Amino acid sequence: MNWLHSILILAVAYAAVFFEAWFDGFRNVLGTQIDFLPALMVYAGLTHGLFTIGLAAVCGGLWFDSLSANPLGVSMLPLLLIGLAAQQGREWVASDHFPARFCMGAAASALQPLLVLFILLNIGQPPILGWKSLWQWVLMTLGGGLFTPVCFALFTRFHKALDYQPVSQTSFRPDREIKRGRV
Amino acid sequence: MLKKPHYIILVLVFLLVIVFLKLPGETMGRVKLAVSGLFLPLFGLTGSLHELSGQGQESLMTKGQLARQNEDLRRENEDLKLRLQQDAAIWSENARLRGQIAWQRQTSWNVKLGRVIARDPANWWRSLQIDLGARDGIKPYEPVLTPEGLVGRIQFVGQTRSQVILLGNPDLRVAAAVQGGGETGVINSTSSSPQENNMIDLDYLSGNSAVRPGQVVVTSGEGGVFPANIPIGKVVDSRSMEYGLSTEARVRLSADMGALQEVWVMAP
Repeated sequence: MNWLHSILILAVAYAAVFFEAWFDGFRNVLGTQIDFLPALMVYAGLTHGLFTIGLAAVCGGLWFDSLSANPLGVSMLPLLLIGLAAQQGREWVASDHFPARFCMGAAASALQPLLVLFILLNIGQPPILGWKSLWQWVLMTLGGGLFTPVCFALFTRFHKALDYQPVSQTSFRPDREIKRGRV
Repeated sequence: MLKKPHYIILVLVFLLVIVFLKLPGETMGRVKLAVSGLFLPLFGLTGSLHELSGQGQESLMTKGQLARQNEDLRRENEDLKLRLQQDAAIWSENARLRGQIAWQRQTSWNVKLGRVIARDPANWWRSLQIDLGARDGIKPYEPVLTPEGLVGRIQFVGQTRSQVILLGNPDLRVAAAVQGGGETGVINSTSSSPQENNMIDLDYLSGNSAVRPGQVVVTSGEGGVFPANIPIGKVVDSRSMEYGLSTEARVRLSADMGALQEVWVMAP
């Protein structure tokens, strides 16, 4: 287990939740806030183990709910389910390709609010919903889909910067050195 | 297929969710503010950046602009001082008259200015966090407003921050009155859309209510949480509900909920 990878995922979840609470741009322009956590869970599910997925779901969900009027904990289970679903599909998803990443991120971003809504309705805390919630849902789906490839690119850069790079074998062999000039 | 560790982690998280959902409201509020305290360094950083940008803008102003602004503020200050003197006279007269008829004395309210540090990241609630807490004497249920009108009330109070629920959130109901007609009703969660955060519903008006678009809606003071006569908004339209038994009016809020940067908390 590489702890650095888990800590990196937690750090990005932390930054994502703070950004969602602080940045008003999407809210003012599009009328909705894009949620980055489902995309992050897709990344965690496709590339990491169960422990990291669980940790990201618990911490990400807890942080999100702490800044929101959501009852504490309602976001955790949907995020975990998304992470586990992504992990199950790891074998048969061509996760190196942009369309696959986009589709998985979009599906996760579409599913997450529905699962949270299901929990909220079941615990008797219906949120504010209207016809324009559909518009918000579509934008969240697209936004989450677009963020997923960005998330992969971001972590690839992090790993390049922080991981030990494999030592490449040099093709130079002293016994095969061509001696030039007259002997 | 899911394996044993998957089931274990699912059950553990499920139990954790159940524990959190079963917490009493006040405890949940404390836990929420404690967890969101992890974001304090970032909130502090953004606050400092905001102040720095403000200072930068001020340093870019010319001497002429500053002198003009100073002159405007001096005039406004004099005007407000004059009004304050008039209000003090009215206030003392009011207190004297109340004393003569042995009516309950009105308590004066103090206001504290707070900066909005975070908005609700979820799209389906209306709440925000401000940088005032128990340290500043803030308590739950205190009204939150802007110079334009009522915004909401304090929900949870931490040491240095508080969570505010805004008008239109399902948890917040406000007893309201329509000025000019004497109609009273309850400000409720909006039925229009989560995107239209400047619209709310005024429910439980009488069936033969004659509210008209443009009429001003204020707090009625009933219920004891909000003092009377704080402006809320203006009636946009109304419709008959429950086969004419009651009327529901849509109200456009006076305060711009999308542009809240600073709010005032009223403390008795």
